[in-house]
Amino acid sequence: MKRTYLDHNATTPVAPSVSEAMLAALTTIYGNPSSVHGYGQDAKTALDNARGTVAQLLGAEPTEVVFTSGGSESINLAIRGAVASLTSSNRKHLIASSIEHEAVHQTLKALSKQGWTTTLIGVDDSGIIEPQRLASALTDDTALVSIMHANNEIGTIQPIEELAALTHSRGAVFHTDAVQSVGKVPVDVKALDVDLLSLSGHKFNGPKGVGALWIKRGNRLQSQITGGKQERNRRAGTENVPAIIGLGAAAQLTIDNWSASAITTASLRDRLEAGILNGVSQTVLNGDPARRVCNTSSISFAGVEAESLLIALDLEGIAVSTGSACSSGSLAPSHVLRAMGFSTHRTQNSIRFSLGLGSTAAEIDRVIAITPDIVARLRAMRKSARARTGS
Amino acid sequence: MRIVVAMSGGVDSSVAALSLVEEGHEVIGISMQLYDQQHGESHFGGCCSIDDLHDARRTASQLGIRHYIVNFEKQFNETVVSTFVREYSVGRTPIPCVQCNGDLKFSHLLERATALGADYIATGHYVRLAKLAHFGQVTLRKGVDPTKDQSYFLFSLTQNQLTRTKFPIGHLTKEEVRSKARASGLAVAGKPDSQELCFVPDGKTSNFVEERAPTVPQPGPIRNSSGLEIGHHTGLHRYTVGQRKGLGLSTSIPLYVLELDSARNSLTVGPRGELERTELTASKVNWIAGPPPDSSRPITARIRHRHPEASATLALLPGNRVSVAFDEPQLAVAPGQAVVFYDADTVLGGGWID
Repeated sequence: MKRTYLDHNATTPVAPSVSEAMLAALTTIYGNPSSVHGYGQDAKTALDNARGTVAQLLGAEPTEVVFTSGGSESINLAIRGAVASLTSSNRKHLIASSIEHEAVHQTLKALSKQGWTTTLIGVDDSGIIEPQRLASALTDDTALVSIMHANNEIGTIQPIEELAALTHSRGAVFHTDAVQSVGKVPVDVKALDVDLLSLSGHKFNGPKGVGALWIKRGNRLQSQITGGKQERNRRAGTENVPAIIGLGAAAQLTIDNWSASAITTASLRDRLEAGILNGVSQTVLNGDPARRVCNTSSISFAGVEAESLLIALDLEGIAVSTGSACSSGSLAPSHVLRAMGFSTHRTQNSIRFSLGLGSTAAEIDRVIAITPDIVARLRAMRKSARARTGS
Repeated sequence: MRIVVAMSGGVDSSVAALSLVEEGHEVIGISMQLYDQQHGESHFGGCCSIDDLHDARRTASQLGIRHYIVNFEKQFNETVVSTFVREYSVGRTPIPCVQCNGDLKFSHLLERATALGADYIATGHYVRLAKLAHFGQVTLRKGVDPTKDQSYFLFSLTQNQLTRTKFPIGHLTKEEVRSKARASGLAVAGKPDSQELCFVPDGKTSNFVEERAPTVPQPGPIRNSSGLEIGHHTGLHRYTVGQRKGLGLSTSIPLYVLELDSARNSLTVGPRGELERTELTASKVNWIAGPPPDSSRPITARIRHRHPEASATLALLPGNRVSVAFDEPQLAVAPGQAVVFYDADTVLGGGWID
């Protein structure tokens, strides 16, 4: 069966240039970057090059980039590391949005048990955080604000520049989770005016198990993994050299190809979206149609359980996603769609299509052709079940 | 054919899936998540803990079939758990497995399977199906392994459900199922059978009911059959008809729970002889093969899972009820349990004991 991968916000295929660079690293660059000898120096040079490329991607300085094991570690290091270095400041308040990734929500939850007060600010029905909401939540006690650049489920892009400026005006630090935006939109740390930025390699055709945290020069951060002096004392442990080289290669790919690939992806996404919204009745787009990343389309199908639609599409070889999953892997209502004020049904009837490298027009047309029949079948089944149980 | 197999992660449903794969069907494994797995993780020993879901996933991977975990928390809570709590709260002894089969596996899951284009669903129950030549109807028969037969739990199924269902292991004994699993190298071949109720952690039913009952069960009197108060009970949900232990009474002869009267919140106890009943009535009766059996025909009836069947005669009552007269007195007929009627190996139907 033909398989179509439309779940690039979950993870992406590793680009050929990335796997080539990594394969070379795995077989030849096996020295420890901390070693004095030539093997170590080769590895250190490879690390430096990757760091330089990631910095270039973000419009940053190489010394500001810390390599981590991925998005979740970057976020944990950003928030926990920043607040740990702020303990003397008397500021005890943390703010995040209600549509953040679990890595942010759970970290705040853990900190709230250690005496930090936390505020989650809401979003409007298109998933955008109005700066006024942040302004009202900020106090002189606020230490850190963490708001994602682009949302994983609906792709909405937040007005980070404004939110960061508001945060700075109250003397607090601003972190953005850019895991879903790097590789999809230009991410320039100076333009965004943030203090901390997290990214993950496997979301933009790099390997899994590697990410980075950008820390604006001058910001203090306490290492959360203690040990050796790697990463300028901010993250102990021998560096994952092959993965970091892969991350560097993915960053290079983005630098070289972003503008072309974003245009292609956006046009395919728009084609898919128009095809579904026109071809299937009672469908509606979730999120802001304009202020969003180029690859994501979250669509709500009235009268359908997303869980069944996802399975039915997978049986046709089409891989999509819904909001969030339970620990078992079964699906839970989306906290993002709930935060947008949608009904319980709408939080459970939405499918996320996320395109990327390798998506083709033929694949998109097949999805557009197949989906109406599947949805009709699911709706008919649900209707007859309701008629039978009288509910 | 495309067949959805309900996979619990146990050896029975795993071998059911294996058999269908061997027959050349397109098999899709589906496991049902029935309650919140975030809390309590491994405390559940039953059929649907998170480890069991992972076992199901691994088995599916070994078999090379697709596997999905679907979230039926809401449906499970609305149908099975709420009925369970309500029944205990009114002094009855429920069997949640019947609702779980009838309302979840053979209802919601069958609907999902149909929506996925499946021709049949299949489960790892120890029962068999037989087609009646003349009506095109299907009858439910006991599994061949008398120690594992699960027909008692499936009496509420309808013809519509049975004609869309396969029971691939009903013709096997448990030992044959295990050796088939071993022969195919299934990782779950040696996994112990599930015990207790899957959704009640550590088997403490009374705690479970107390946490969920709309009103807190209250202590009340224990009386003998002449109405004399001889002790106190600690809440009716803690007792079941036929129970001897935990009454807190010191008497010269052993006393058993005879009756739970929720209107008066009282418990009636008496000696073993008073537990005997020769008759019972049952409600919400389901006749599996269509019309009810002729009342003149001798049948056997089972009043508990794994209880031996007893010869009896049926008399139909209005309103989908039935009266059952046993040839020999039966011990501990518990309201809330099912009575299931058989003609030899064939399930005729069953109902809920009043």
